[in-house]
Amino acid sequence: MDYFAVVGIEILNAIATLVLVSIGLAIVFGMMKVINLAHGEFIMIGGYAAITAVKLGVNIWVAMLVVSPLVVGLLGAAIEWLIIRHLYGRMIDTMLATWGLSLLLVGGVTSIYGNTTIGLSSPLGALDIGAYKVSLYTAFIAAVALGVAALMYALLKFSRFGLIARGVMQDPGMAAALGVSPARIYCATFSIGAALAGLAGAVLAPITGVVPTIGVAYVAKSFITVIGGGSSILTGTLTASGLFGSVNQIASFATTPVIGEVALLLVAIVLVRLLPQGITGRFFRGRI
Amino acid sequence: MLKHLPSSASLILGLGAMFLVPTFVETFTLMEVMVYVIMSILALSLGLVWGYGGILCFGQAAFFGLGSYTYAIAMLNFGESSFALLLAIAVPALFAGALGYFMFFGRISDVYLGVITLTVTLILFNLVNSTSGGRFHIGSAPLGGFNGIPSIPTLHVPGFPERTLDAQALFAVCVAFLTAVYIGLRLVLASHFGRVLVAIRENEKRADLLGYDSRKYKLGAFVLGGGIAGLAGCLFANWGAFTSPTVFSLAQSAQVIIWVIVGGVGTLFGPIVGCFIVQWLTSYLGTLSLINPNLVLGLVLILFVLLLPKGIVPLLQKGALLAVGSLRRTRP
Repeated sequence: MDYFAVVGIEILNAIATLVLVSIGLAIVFGMMKVINLAHGEFIMIGGYAAITAVKLGVNIWVAMLVVSPLVVGLLGAAIEWLIIRHLYGRMIDTMLATWGLSLLLVGGVTSIYGNTTIGLSSPLGALDIGAYKVSLYTAFIAAVALGVAALMYALLKFSRFGLIARGVMQDPGMAAALGVSPARIYCATFSIGAALAGLAGAVLAPITGVVPTIGVAYVAKSFITVIGGGSSILTGTLTASGLFGSVNQIASFATTPVIGEVALLLVAIVLVRLLPQGITGRFFRGRI
Repeated sequence: MLKHLPSSASLILGLGAMFLVPTFVETFTLMEVMVYVIMSILALSLGLVWGYGGILCFGQAAFFGLGSYTYAIAMLNFGESSFALLLAIAVPALFAGALGYFMFFGRISDVYLGVITLTVTLILFNLVNSTSGGRFHIGSAPLGGFNGIPSIPTLHVPGFPERTLDAQALFAVCVAFLTAVYIGLRLVLASHFGRVLVAIRENEKRADLLGYDSRKYKLGAFVLGGGIAGLAGCLFANWGAFTSPTVFSLAQSAQVIIWVIVGGVGTLFGPIVGCFIVQWLTSYLGTLSLINPNLVLGLVLILFVLLLPKGIVPLLQKGALLAVGSLRRTRP
C-alpha cells in the first residue's frame, strides 16, 4: 500500500514537473506560433540565477520565486526585441535562430560558470510514508505548478491584458485596427513565457542541480508536451503533462528511468501521429 | 558543355585532392581534412533533404550515428568491411524509410516533422547511452554505452581482411565517396525524380493536383538522405576507429544544419563549403581556447538566419553574375 502511495506521489511529481517546464513554451507557442528552441536554456538560466542569488545572500524562496523569473523575463524581452521580432511568420527560421540562441547561451554560461554541475540544497525536509521517505519539496513543486496554472488561467480569462492578448492571438490585424499594438503584446507574451521558464528552472534546481547543457533535457520534453497538448494553452498542457508524466513514471518504476524517458517520447510520437492537432484539437475544444 | 561543368570540375577537383593532398601534407593535417571531407558527405545528405526536399530534418545525426554503429557492429561480427559498409548504408536508409513512411504518409506538417526527428534522435541517444555493461551486445560486439565502441577494424581491400587501408588510402576513399555522392546527387536532381521533388518543395498542393504523389517523392529523398548520412557515419567510424553516442547527439544535428545554412540551402556545393568553413572555424577557435566554440557557432547561426538566410554560395553566385553582367555592359 505504502509502495503505491509512493508511486502515486512520484507520478504527481512527474506531472507537476512537466507542467512547470512546458507552460512557458505553451504560452509562447500557443499565442505567437513561435517555437522557441532556446526554451531549455531559459530554464537553465533560471536555475543559475537562483543559485547565484542565493550565494549573494538572497533568501532562497525570494531567489526562486522572484529573482529568477524577473531575470529570465527581462532576458526574454531583450531577445524578443533583438531576434524574434524580425522573424514573425517565418516559423522555420524562428526555430533555427532560437536554436542558434540556445547554442550561444550554453556557450556563454559555460564560459562564465564552467562545465560542472552546481547544486542547491533542498530547503524542505522529508515525510515518512510507512517504510519510505518522500521529500516535502515534491509537494512544493506540485503547489507551484498548480499555482502557475491557476495564475495563468486568471490572467488570460479575467484580466484586461488576457483579453487583449487573446484578441491579438485570434486576429492581429483587427486588434491593431482597434488601437492595440500587437508588437507590444507579443513582446510581453514572450517575456511572460520566458519568466515562467526561469521560474521552472529555479524551482527544479535543488532537485536536479544545474549544468550549462541541462536545457537539452527539458526542451524536447516541453516541446512534445506542448505539441501533444494542442491549441488550448492550459488545458492542453495539463492533459498532455498528465498523460506523459504518468507513462514516464509507470515505465520508470517497471523498468529503468532511461526506458521511462524512451516510453514518454514514443507515446508522444504516436500521439502526434494519431492526433496531429494535439489532444485539445480533438477533445475539450475551445478551452483556454 | 556548360551543363556538365560543375560535375566535371568536381571530378577533376576530387581526383586532384585524392592524389595531391596526401603527398603534400603531413598526417595530422591529413586526418583533419579527412574529417572535413567525411562531414561534407553528411552535409550533402541534409543539403538534399532540406534544400531540395524542403524537409527540415533536425535529426540527420540519427542516421549518421546509425551508420557509424552499424559499421562497427557488423565489422566486429563479420570482419568483411565491404559488407559492413553496405550494411551501414542500408540500415539507416531502412530506418529513414520507416520513419519517413510514418511522417509523410501521416501528413505531418513542417514544424511537427522537426519535433519528431528531434525526438527520435534523443531516443536513440538515450538508448545507446544506457547500454553500458556486458548485458548489452549484438553478436560479439559490446555496445559500450557512454564509452562507445573502441578499436573498430578499418576498411580493407575487398576480400583481403589483412590488407587494411592506411591513412592516405582512407583519405582517397573518402574523397572518392564525396565526389561520387556530389555527382550522383547532381544526376538525381537532373532526373525526373529530382525535378518533381523541387516542384513539391515549391508548391506541394500544386504538385499533388498535377497528379504526383508528393508523399512518395519526399519519402524517396528522405531515404536517400538517410543512406548518404549512414555512409558518412561509416567513414567517420573508420576515421578514428572509434564511435560513441555523441554521434547521435543534438549538437551533431545542430552542426549539420549550421553547415548547410552557412553554405547555402538549395545548393549542393553550399553544404560542402559551409562544412569546411565552419569546421575550420570551430577547430581554430578550439586551439585558441579564448572563446567557447558553442558561443560562436550559435552567433553564426543567428546572424545567418537574420541577415543572410540564403547562405554564402548563392551570394557568391549572384555576385559573380553581376560582375559578368557589368563587364558585358561596359564593353563597347
